[in-house]
Amino acid sequence: MAHVDNVMPGKTLLQVRDLKKRFGHFEVLKTIDLAIEEGKVTFLIGPSGGGKSTLLRCLNFLEKPSGGEITFDGERLCGEEAGRFACAPESVLRRVRTRMPMVFQHFNLFNHRTVLENVVEGPIFVQRRNRDEAITHAQDILRRVGLYDWSDRFPGQLSGGQKQRVAIARAVAMKPDLILFDEPTSALDPELVSGVLDTIKALAEEGSTMVVVTHEMAFARRLADTVHFVCDGVIAESGPPAQLFDNPRSERLKNFIGSILR
Amino acid sequence: MYEFFVILIPRHMPFLIEGALVTVQLAVLSIAVGIVIGLVVALGRLSSFRPFRWALTTYVEIWRDVPLIVQLLVIYFTLPEIGISLPAFAAGVLGLSLNVGAYLSEVFRAAILSVDSGQKDGGLSIGMSRVMIYRRIILPQALRIAVPTIGGYFIGLLKDTSLVSYISVSELLRNGVIIISNTFQSMQIYLMVALIYFVLSFVASILVARLERRLTPAYLRAGHITPAGAHP
Ligand SMILES: Nc1ncnc2c1ncn2[C@@H]1O[C@H](COP(=O)(O)OP(=O)(O)OP(=O)(O)O)[C@@H](O)[C@H]1O
Ligand SMILES: [Mg+2]
Repeated sequence: MAHVDNVMPGKTLLQVRDLKKRFGHFEVLKTIDLAIEEGKVTFLIGPSGGGKSTLLRCLNFLEKPSGGEITFDGERLCGEEAGRFACAPESVLRRVRTRMPMVFQHFNLFNHRTVLENVVEGPIFVQRRNRDEAITHAQDILRRVGLYDWSDRFPGQLSGGQKQRVAIARAVAMKPDLILFDEPTSALDPELVSGVLDTIKALAEEGSTMVVVTHEMAFARRLADTVHFVCDGVIAESGPPAQLFDNPRSERLKNFIGSILR
Repeated sequence: MYEFFVILIPRHMPFLIEGALVTVQLAVLSIAVGIVIGLVVALGRLSSFRPFRWALTTYVEIWRDVPLIVQLLVIYFTLPEIGISLPAFAAGVLGLSLNVGAYLSEVFRAAILSVDSGQKDGGLSIGMSRVMIYRRIILPQALRIAVPTIGGYFIGLLKDTSLVSYISVSELLRNGVIIISNTFQSMQIYLMVALIYFVLSFVASILVARLERRLTPAYLRAGHITPAGAHP
């Protein structure tokens, strides 16, 4: 399937070619080609079990791909080496993850740390940035996501929506080049969803580069630069949201959109 | 009665208390070494290195299946045979800590596994190494979960030290037995020994409860969250 995003200018931050992922004999990702441009918001949609989470987790190597090539900001992170598939060493992958943090469906906050401590953990202890500067920056971010007054609370004392906004703040505090979101609102009560979506939207409007897996189609439609339809381990269709949602070409996408609207 | 309180207690108490101090030393040293053993074994058994896992599991299994007194006798009498002669006290600490370490490794293992593992992904996703995730995220939570159980094992250990009298460590029980062999006042002396064990355990349980309260962090105390494995 050819990409439709080749008209967009700007630097390609993340380039994925023929990515494959197997769990045992089960081929979850068959062949994935994907390019993420700087400053763009990319959405991944598709049926449950289609491989969206697996794809996202391969991008930051939380899952090791089984084949293919991933290049991040000009640096090749996996691919064929002397005829064998290999990934970059863990130290390189860790450094990449600091530039490409991830926000999870179930938040994955550190339960024994306060809101502020959760947010400064990466900057202070992983990136070894100046402590005071990191704290000021974190407080700034918490103010923007509306949680400054909750700085000293623990995750267990927050609502799901607040937890997710802390998780987003934790990612933003890394001063990332790219943020990955895996169904950030799927675990939330309906009334808490909009707060988190607003936070993501604000980031997009600031020009952050993001890859978002979601089932919130209206949100994807409003915010996306490009939407990819992931199904059965391939990107079955790609394009700007209007094209994908209004003129789906493949049967699978038509069925999927139909099932969502119903 | 008069004889017990006015003559026997003042006469024999100092020697018994001397033994009690050794008992406390045995217990404190053994729990400290046992915690280190337990933690190392728990982490080793959770590692992906198979021979290591297998060896440590065997250790835990053997130590839990053989009575402590037999372990102590084996250590005390076989080590010299292979050229290691330990003083009785050191052999006692070794035996007790290997024993409590085997049990604590299970406690730590369960505590580590009960920490919500999504936090590992959380740590990885901001570039933390696995070691760092264990050191800063998993272990601090696991240790706090394990504290009450460790306290329980410590109180048990305090009493189990009496078995070390069999390998001639001059702790509380052995000192009592020595007095009895000179005075033949079994009933009175054993009563005093029992009283001292009671006081030691009682004080220990108060200290443990206090430590537990001190170490129960705000994130566990506050409100509705009870991590799996924590006491309700
Ligand atoms: N660690 C794993 N081991 C084995 N199979 C896995 C593993 N992770 C995912 N899978 C399988 O891979 C397939 C794709 O899963 P994935 O979670 O990527 O789908 P998804 O598109 O994110 O679905 P959803 O919308 O439900 O989150 C599923 O069939 C799943 O069972
Ligand atoms: Mg998923």
